[in-house]
Amino acid sequence: MKKPWYQVTAFYAFVIFVVVQAVFPFYYAIITSFKSGTALFEITYLPTTFSLQNYYDVLFKGNGTFLQNLWNSVWVASVTVVVALFIGTTAAYALSRVKFRGRGVLLMTILGVSMFPQVAVLAGLFEVIQGLGIYNTDWSLIFSYTIFTLPFTVWVLTTFMRDLPVELEEAAIVDGATPWVIVTKIFLPLMWPALVTTGLLAFIAAWNEYLFALTFTASNNAARTVPVGIALLSGSDSHEIPWGLIMAASVLVTVPLIVLVLIFQKKIIAGLTAGGVKG
Amino acid sequence: MSAIEPTPSDTPIRNQLVAGRVRSAWIFLTPMLVTLIIVAAWPLARSIWFSLTDASLLHYPEAKFIGLGNYYYSKTITMDSGATTTTMKGVLVDGAWWNAVWNTIRFGLVSVLLETLLGMAVALVLNAEFKGRGIVRAAILVPWAIPTVVSAKMWGWMLNDQLGIINDLLLRMHVISEKIAWAADANYSMIAIVAVDTWKTVPFMALLILAGLQQVPGDVYEAASIDGVHPIKVFWKITLPLIRPALMVAVIFRLLDALRIFDLVYILTPNSSQTKTMSVISRENMFDFDKLGYGSAESTLLFLVLLVMVTLYMKLGRVNFDGGVQ
Repeated sequence: MKKPWYQVTAFYAFVIFVVVQAVFPFYYAIITSFKSGTALFEITYLPTTFSLQNYYDVLFKGNGTFLQNLWNSVWVASVTVVVALFIGTTAAYALSRVKFRGRGVLLMTILGVSMFPQVAVLAGLFEVIQGLGIYNTDWSLIFSYTIFTLPFTVWVLTTFMRDLPVELEEAAIVDGATPWVIVTKIFLPLMWPALVTTGLLAFIAAWNEYLFALTFTASNNAARTVPVGIALLSGSDSHEIPWGLIMAASVLVTVPLIVLVLIFQKKIIAGLTAGGVKG
Repeated sequence: MSAIEPTPSDTPIRNQLVAGRVRSAWIFLTPMLVTLIIVAAWPLARSIWFSLTDASLLHYPEAKFIGLGNYYYSKTITMDSGATTTTMKGVLVDGAWWNAVWNTIRFGLVSVLLETLLGMAVALVLNAEFKGRGIVRAAILVPWAIPTVVSAKMWGWMLNDQLGIINDLLLRMHVISEKIAWAADANYSMIAIVAVDTWKTVPFMALLILAGLQQVPGDVYEAASIDGVHPIKVFWKITLPLIRPALMVAVIFRLLDALRIFDLVYILTPNSSQTKTMSVISRENMFDFDKLGYGSAESTLLFLVLLVMVTLYMKLGRVNFDGGVQ
């Protein structure tokens, strides 16, 4: 059935609108980041100047604080993800493959924790983090990020593992394999795609986190992660917001994410819909 | 369900095997349970405890129990003249708190409604066969991938009153007649927050709805098309009822997320009473105004509201406790 031309046109007009509105802000951040000096004060829709001054300034001026922040983000997000995957895999095996009393309640609690308002634990976490002596260090973030990466990891891995064929496991049990052997030797090799997806989503969540980072590391330059670093970027003149610098920093922290997301597009969509979780 | 279950014809050996599996399941769960108790349950319990004390940032170890004083407290003073004045204090009679509650609800309802409608539109587009669908799906992931702090800054720049491109665009299109300070002007700051949040979250909504749409078998549409049912009627009578469960889950999930919003508000419109949400005011009291107990009372109230909503989500969303959402 051929559709009338005006319907086709309207459809493609909407498609183009969806694409343009989605990518325009980032495009605009990029062209702004290449402007320096007075070029910033002219509103242009197309790139006009190409200057790397902002990138140079944000990376190498201010005593390399931004580089330090970048490194902190990579470190904090990586360690958080490794911890969550490590603890999460065995838990997900138990939750998805073994029937035991209290499993439903446990899964419900885990889902509940992943929907937690972070501010509800802020005061208590502050006390624990002070007590452990890790306030103003990156360990405070690795510690606190587990509150959202772990439930998310367990939940998504549980849904993935549930769909693995039961025959595999039965064969192993007949051969006398222990649960530990089943997890490490049989499931783990099959789980790689799921682990990559879950790890990536948890990494993005940790990379983007702001509330805990602001609260637990904001008074120590050396422990900040990039979201806090960008939020606190200020120019030499305190009255003027250094938009060029902010946009350069924004582009630097976003490009790796966008590249990752585009490469793992299909997997990420599968993981998102399985977990029903916003990054 | 694929877990290995005991059958009626159980032999003792089989029973032993099941018992062994259950035992190792609990061993496997222990690290997770211990971690969650340390990072979630205990801090939550302590936060609720702080909400019942006069804790401050520097003196929280010596916090004194004051009952529900942070929530509500009234004191009647009798003057020498015999006249009495009653003062009421606490979160529940705090105008700033109720303002934040109202802002949060307003933001949550409007943004989730917009996100659902636009997400539905985008999902329907992505569910159709057309050239370039892959590009569209990739493009809409971009707003989702950008960190909230970065999108708040990017939009802060675009919505800037003098140098912002949005004002320039709207002026050229004659939608507005003078430049507007979107983020700074109290009349517009909520619009700015809703717009940016919608921009960022529509992709997520669209993907969740799309997953629901793809569950609808194609022959349903085929049958409708053979019977000559109008496409709009197909949407209302067939598509919508079939994706309703997926849609409900997405909506309630988004609502929960919207009600705890912090970063975007904190960065795009700092100090605006028109946009200050429950999370923002609670953190502000705890860490900027040194009222750890009072702020904890606010965060506890937010927690209770969300607890009720999560329970609703579990019931309405028909969550399948064998793992995953149906």
